[in-house]
Amino acid sequence: MQPVPKLRFRDTQIEMAHGAGGKASRRLVEGLFVPLLGAPSAGPLGDSAYVRMNGTRLAITTDSFVVKPLRFPGGSIGELAVYGTVNDLAVSGARAETLVVTFVLEAGLPTEILEYEVRAMAAAARRAGVVIAGGDTKVVEHGKADYMYIGSCGIGRLIDGVEVSPESVRPGDRILLSGPIGDHGITILLARGELDLEAEVCSDTRPVLPLIEAMAAVAAPGIRWMRDPTRGGVATSLNELALDCGLGICLAEEQIPVHNSVRGACELLGLEPMHIANEGQFLAIVAPEFADAALAALRAAPGGQEAAMIGEVREQPAGTVLVSTLYGGTRVIDMLVGDPLPRIC
Amino acid sequence: MCLAIPGKIVELLPERENLALVEVSGVRRKIDVGLLNDDPAKAGDWVLIHVGFAMSKISERDATDRMRVLAMLGEDEAAMREIEGYGLVESEPGSRGIRSGGS
Amino acid sequence: MRFVDEFREPELINKTAQEIRRLTDPQRHYRLMEVCGGHTHAIYRFGLKDLLPPNIEFIHGPGCPVCVLPMGRIDDGLSMTEQPDVIFTAFGDMMRVPGTHGSPLEYKARGADIRIVYSPADALKLAQTNPDRHVMFFAIGFETTAPSTGLTLMRARALGIRNFSVFCNHVTIIPAIRAILDSPDMRLDAFIGPGHVSTVIGCRPYEWIARQAGRPIVVSGFEPLDILESIVMLLRQLKEGRVEVENQYKRVVPWEGNRAALKVMAEVFQLRPYFEWRGMGFISQSALRLRDSYAEFDAEQRFRIPGIRVTDPKAAQCGEVLKGVLKPHQCKLFGKECTPELPVGALMVSSEGSCAAYYNYEHRRAALTSLGVTAPAL
Repeated sequence: MQPVPKLRFRDTQIEMAHGAGGKASRRLVEGLFVPLLGAPSAGPLGDSAYVRMNGTRLAITTDSFVVKPLRFPGGSIGELAVYGTVNDLAVSGARAETLVVTFVLEAGLPTEILEYEVRAMAAAARRAGVVIAGGDTKVVEHGKADYMYIGSCGIGRLIDGVEVSPESVRPGDRILLSGPIGDHGITILLARGELDLEAEVCSDTRPVLPLIEAMAAVAAPGIRWMRDPTRGGVATSLNELALDCGLGICLAEEQIPVHNSVRGACELLGLEPMHIANEGQFLAIVAPEFADAALAALRAAPGGQEAAMIGEVREQPAGTVLVSTLYGGTRVIDMLVGDPLPRIC
Repeated sequence: MCLAIPGKIVELLPERENLALVEVSGVRRKIDVGLLNDDPAKAGDWVLIHVGFAMSKISERDATDRMRVLAMLGEDEAAMREIEGYGLVESEPGSRGIRSGGS
Repeated sequence: MRFVDEFREPELINKTAQEIRRLTDPQRHYRLMEVCGGHTHAIYRFGLKDLLPPNIEFIHGPGCPVCVLPMGRIDDGLSMTEQPDVIFTAFGDMMRVPGTHGSPLEYKARGADIRIVYSPADALKLAQTNPDRHVMFFAIGFETTAPSTGLTLMRARALGIRNFSVFCNHVTIIPAIRAILDSPDMRLDAFIGPGHVSTVIGCRPYEWIARQAGRPIVVSGFEPLDILESIVMLLRQLKEGRVEVENQYKRVVPWEGNRAALKVMAEVFQLRPYFEWRGMGFISQSALRLRDSYAEFDAEQRFRIPGIRVTDPKAAQCGEVLKGVLKPHQCKLFGKECTPELPVGALMVSSEGSCAAYYNYEHRRAALTSLGVTAPAL
């Protein structure tokens, strides 16, 4: 008889924090979804799932997009819906080929808004080299869907020579970041208009596969792990890695690229850039003998000029992400607890 | 109570008295400068911003003074050691280094 | 960033840290209290402890206006959301603070209209753009923030706004410091004084700390160089046997304070005869309420609030931690029933709260040290 799965998730109601990508999200997934849905031998939770069909290894992933406002400087929900899924596959070492999408639309949604987003999706699909092969549409009552929610599921073939997993990470591996952090999350925060801030900041949403392929061309055997740091930011992604591989992550703060205006907004609001969502960046753990070549390849590729080596993996402190400053101070940075909240204190 | 950030006043806004546009590292926000009425703020001033209000002007001179004082740390020490090496000066507490900032 | 980056300059920081090492007597144990939660946060954020010799100990003070708010007051504020036309506004700091029936975010999940504002001025603007709703602003903060609330109320009155009120929980810093010094189990050598409160009240109000209580105090800025320089100044005083009030944050803090801000406060607020501070009991003349002339904007008069005193769970030792008597990990609930994710008290949920800071940094460090591992220098 199958053992009855023990549910460790004890919250009595679902909160916004459970979708924020940080600790609460992890608790929900590990404490409720995995026990009930996961295979008993399920490994660490990655961006995509790997399946074998007729001898071919594929990666499959799904994501949903509920961003508000729908349109913001640098992009819109339609683009996110395509690039988000394509990127999940890319950081899992796969080339997205086909997407299927679902629309949950609010009754009363003006058609021109829907059309705009569908055009955006079509353009994004062309740019990313994927086919949107099908989908489903549901309409819910006015007030139940914030205009629209989009879900997308993607499938792709693994890139030759690239195999990623937390178990392959070793002390001494270097940590690469494809570009400046925080642009997307701050753009959305400002676009909501509640904080009355203006800044020259726009979402970084884009497909990251070309950059990953550029890196793989020179460093494929050395790529141990990758992730796109969306909700929860790089801090959350790296904390998850640290827990999954049981090693320590040590970052050098001054190496982490942040645009001035993102920094300004974060200082003003008391936010930590490493907790802010990104939609066009990825982290890669690369073996030391390949790291310099990988970084050079990223910097040479279009859109990769701000890539940086931001730290390294160490034996200790296990399961922890440490950030050090130029002057020798260190601090621990944890996973995001809930949504990043502006503070005055 | 403590998060306050330095920002530069870009311009005073006409729509209302005591309203200014301030810039922090490329981010702009309207702030109230009404608490600075004893020494009214003007475009180009640097101010300390807390919850959308300017609390104080930032004295550039005091800021540079501070940096200069700190930069001399260690140099005085080295100088003192050298002089002591000549056997001419008795070292006493309080005789070395920098005056406190309260004067 | 101007006026920020210069104060994070590595070479100067190293020089100042060296001076600190030079000034510390290895035979002596220094207990410095940083009053303000913002300093607690800065010390951890910048990893300043790594730069200091081990015989300098920071005692975290009660200067966290979220942490000292009793749960009953949070319940009172949230009770105002029972009226459907109310928009509850507050700073982000308040959103996860637990009340008896949940935090503001949890109330929001259940349907209450709760919004984060960056400024009281934004709350007033909400009132102007939502004339059919009532906007209540949950005001917190020390004297740094009170003038902004005050100026907002003066504007509200000048504009004839009728759908705006403030639930005033502003507290004052001096009585809190006094309560700390009156505490029998308190052993402190000196104070790192609150920098931003002092932009309003100036440095004079601290003179009794030096004269009567015999402790040096240096009013400090919040960048790494500011805090380190303040420590240098304190160590010099201690070494030279001086006991003074000094101003390290001269670029921003005027000795006499901000007269215009003090005038606004006097116009709008008056001192409550007493107010309860979480974990510290009732302290007289330590909090503000709206003057009768502003009664129309006083949420406490407009709404009928439960006003029920809620005592902390017996096992929670928020009070002792607030007073610096206990270190966070010495509280029985620390890290077990009380974590940043599922906080029992505000000290764990507020980013300035010593428990949250300790949990995120010291906790791990202590755990590692006990395993014989020291956090590596990079």
